[in-house]
Amino acid sequence: MSEEKQTKLDLNNLKAGGFIKERGKDLFTVRLRVPGGRMSVPRLKKIAEVAEKFGGEFVHLSVRQSIELININYKDFDAVVEELGEKSQKVASCGARVRVPVACGGCEYNPNGLVDTQKSALEVDDKLFGTPTGHHKFKVAFAGCPFDCPKSATNDIGFQGAIYPQFDTDACISCGLCTKNCVPKALVTGDDNKPVFNNDPCIWCGDCVKVCPTGAWSEKRRGYTVRIGGKWGRSPLVGTLFATFLPEDQVVAFIASVLEWYKLKAEGLGRIRLGDTIIREGAAELLNHLRDQFPEYIVSHTIAPQVIETQVGK
Amino acid sequence: MQLIDLRGVSCPTNFVKAKLALEDLDNGATARILLDDGEPVKNVPRSLKADGHKLLALKQAEEGHYVLDIEKQDE
Repeated sequence: MSEEKQTKLDLNNLKAGGFIKERGKDLFTVRLRVPGGRMSVPRLKKIAEVAEKFGGEFVHLSVRQSIELININYKDFDAVVEELGEKSQKVASCGARVRVPVACGGCEYNPNGLVDTQKSALEVDDKLFGTPTGHHKFKVAFAGCPFDCPKSATNDIGFQGAIYPQFDTDACISCGLCTKNCVPKALVTGDDNKPVFNNDPCIWCGDCVKVCPTGAWSEKRRGYTVRIGGKWGRSPLVGTLFATFLPEDQVVAFIASVLEWYKLKAEGLGRIRLGDTIIREGAAELLNHLRDQFPEYIVSHTIAPQVIETQVGK
Repeated sequence: MQLIDLRGVSCPTNFVKAKLALEDLDNGATARILLDDGEPVKNVPRSLKADGHKLLALKQAEEGHYVLDIEKQDE
């Protein structure tokens, strides 16, 4: 009894969430902050030590790339936070806040990656993590290329690496690989056996640049294709196109601008996600808001996030 | 010219075999590599290019496979 009375917790540790109630009495899951899913080996060792000392027999890898310590007694919160090391391993968030961004491996070692998604995830985590939205959770994901392993369009804001190709006809050896490998059929073979480019079906995946054996195809522009308003869960929405070739160094400002609009427009609407707010207000409203600040990158028109009928046939 | 027949060899084994075969050649020597259509021809030429070798020609043969001519470049 006396021991319980002495228990004092630093409530600042609980402020951003990340401590999640479990079924068992006094037990919590502690969700760790792992932006982009990158975990240094020394940090991994430290987490293993802390899990062994305070947690259960396993950890759980969350679907958004975090490591979750399981079966942590709430009395050990302060010790867990301290032993993890405030500087090197922070606790994540839950609730109506900007969550830890998800990202694929990016372009450093993955030959498919077109942009440095890991850098973007770290920047967003550093500048915007934990920001209260006032309304609902807010998820961000970075995919390095249009193959889109992170499923970017199911996030409140999804970024997808893209490059716009340019062609040097003198360097082309007419091998036909680019045309053959162009999945959306943006390339067709011309009269001279060289490729002819059509931007309409192009998804800017850069496959032509990647397969070209001579470098006749190269990149003209690089940046993110941005889709907004996605979510999954009980009533899924797929985010729609708002910006193209957004430079990597404008990602944080772009998200901040969307957050500003969301905070304002969802006022008084209760617990509502960004996508549902866009459906209510109209996609053009958000498009116009963003165009003021990012005129070069905002698309001329778009549609609201798309409802996915997942209950048909029951 | 050294002939490296990688037909019927799937990724990434074909690329590793090509690397091993190229190791035995002198700098500047040329090799002709036979590759299946599909993933092999999509991946192997660009991987060899990324390794620093010079791609001379790439043509599809009547039988359907690809013929890649390459010049070995030591780093």
